[in-house]
Amino acid sequence: MSVILKTEKLRVEFTSREFRQTAKVALSGLDLEVNVGEVFGFLGPNGAGKTTTINVLLGFVPPTSGAAYLFGIDVRQPIARQQIGYLPEMTYYYKFLTAEELLRFYARIFGLPRAEADKRIDRLLKLVELETAGRRPIKSYSKGMQQRVGLAQALINNPDLLILDEPTSGLDPLGRMKVREIIQRLKNEGKTVFFSSHELGEVETVCDRVAIINQGELKALGRVSDLVAEHQSNLEKVFLDIIGYQPQSTP
Amino acid sequence: MNTIWALAGIVIKELYRRKDFYVLFVLTALITIATGMVNFFHDPKIVRYVKDICMLLIWISALLIAIVTTARQIPAERESRTIFPLLAKPVSRWQVILGKFLGCWLATGIALLVFYAFFAIITGSREQNWPWLSYLQAAGLQWAMLAVVIALSLFVSIVSAAPSSTTTICFIVVAGILLVGGHLNSVALNQAEPVQTILYTIYFLIPHLEWFDIRDRLVYDWAHLVPWRDCLLAALYAAAYTGLFLLLTWLGFRRKSLNT
Repeated sequence: MSVILKTEKLRVEFTSREFRQTAKVALSGLDLEVNVGEVFGFLGPNGAGKTTTINVLLGFVPPTSGAAYLFGIDVRQPIARQQIGYLPEMTYYYKFLTAEELLRFYARIFGLPRAEADKRIDRLLKLVELETAGRRPIKSYSKGMQQRVGLAQALINNPDLLILDEPTSGLDPLGRMKVREIIQRLKNEGKTVFFSSHELGEVETVCDRVAIINQGELKALGRVSDLVAEHQSNLEKVFLDIIGYQPQSTP
Repeated sequence: MNTIWALAGIVIKELYRRKDFYVLFVLTALITIATGMVNFFHDPKIVRYVKDICMLLIWISALLIAIVTTARQIPAERESRTIFPLLAKPVSRWQVILGKFLGCWLATGIALLVFYAFFAIITGSREQNWPWLSYLQAAGLQWAMLAVVIALSLFVSIVSAAPSSTTTICFIVVAGILLVGGHLNSVALNQAEPVQTILYTIYFLIPHLEWFDIRDRLVYDWAHLVPWRDCLLAALYAAAYTGLFLLLTWLGFRRKSLNT
């Protein structure tokens, strides 16, 4: 199976501006491989290094050491991002635009011809169930609708790899279910999806494999069913065990 | 170039969907029309006062539009986090800067066109005279000057923390240059060292925005146009400063953390 996303001994340190403060290690020797066609869940508590990993993959943060590759190309080269789609966590898109205009703007960036862009915009608005709201300004959208516009923009270039940073964060159960359905549909279309999440239930439902990181270090990697079988427990318990959570005993 | 135009298009859309421009235009129009209706001292040349006030309002409005629109561009992208999906696409940071600059400059140009059309209608209807070439030169030079102001505002917006502080800093700098920049050499002449050297250095370093101000020619109906060669030199002068400020913006932005 060919590898679409790879990190090798990835280390990221953030230097502090304050006097005598030591550098904060956000990632420490992270090794990951994601295969073509996989839905890969990237789990960890807040501050574990999930978003930092994604920021390195997208070229926003340079690694202190180690390397990261997309499609075999070093992520420091912009061409590595030609065939990816990215949905950041909680983004408030240009509120003076409509969803249709927003998608047209991103389509222009990819140099899509007008007819092709029109076709894709129609298809994507249908996919994210915004066809009736597509001509309304984004400022009138609910949080769930904004997140779905975000998914549509991530798909405008028909990417082979989707990187989603907590795609269901802050959504109500219905919104979460809709996003989950979209991920499932993308998986059926053969897309590779790499997503970070706190929602263990949805990870269990849609992911082929997961990685669990804590304090910048990879703690577990494998198929959800294998991890569950290994720990003889559900994914939530597996996750809590792996990150070393100790429940406080009640008197 | 496609990316830069796409980014510029968004800025232009933002300008005409926000209320800033319309408010400024309506204010300019109301004040000018009100001034035109009052006949101070039964002066037969009252139209000069109207022209003077209208041109002053156009200059203030254009500066307001240019600085306020530019100051919020990159901070807003970072605050709303739209910079992330944008840079996750094959878009480089220098393209973002050029796109934002072009958008702000074109948007201000469109606003300027509307203002000058209003000025032409008001003064033309009073004087029955339409010196189109003078209007073209005045608007063109003002637009060239605004390119420097926009590039400067973009640079300050990278360095400064919030759009409000960028706006304040830019207004102080631009107003300072327009009001006293041209007199700094005369002031320096009567100063002792090291103040003299400091003032001369500032005089030779700052972009002389006041050189682009030919309002008096329109207000007092100077017969001759500015030589076109001088207009070209002024445009090149503005282009040099614009390029310098854009380069400084890129140097500041290329390694800047994207988180607010």
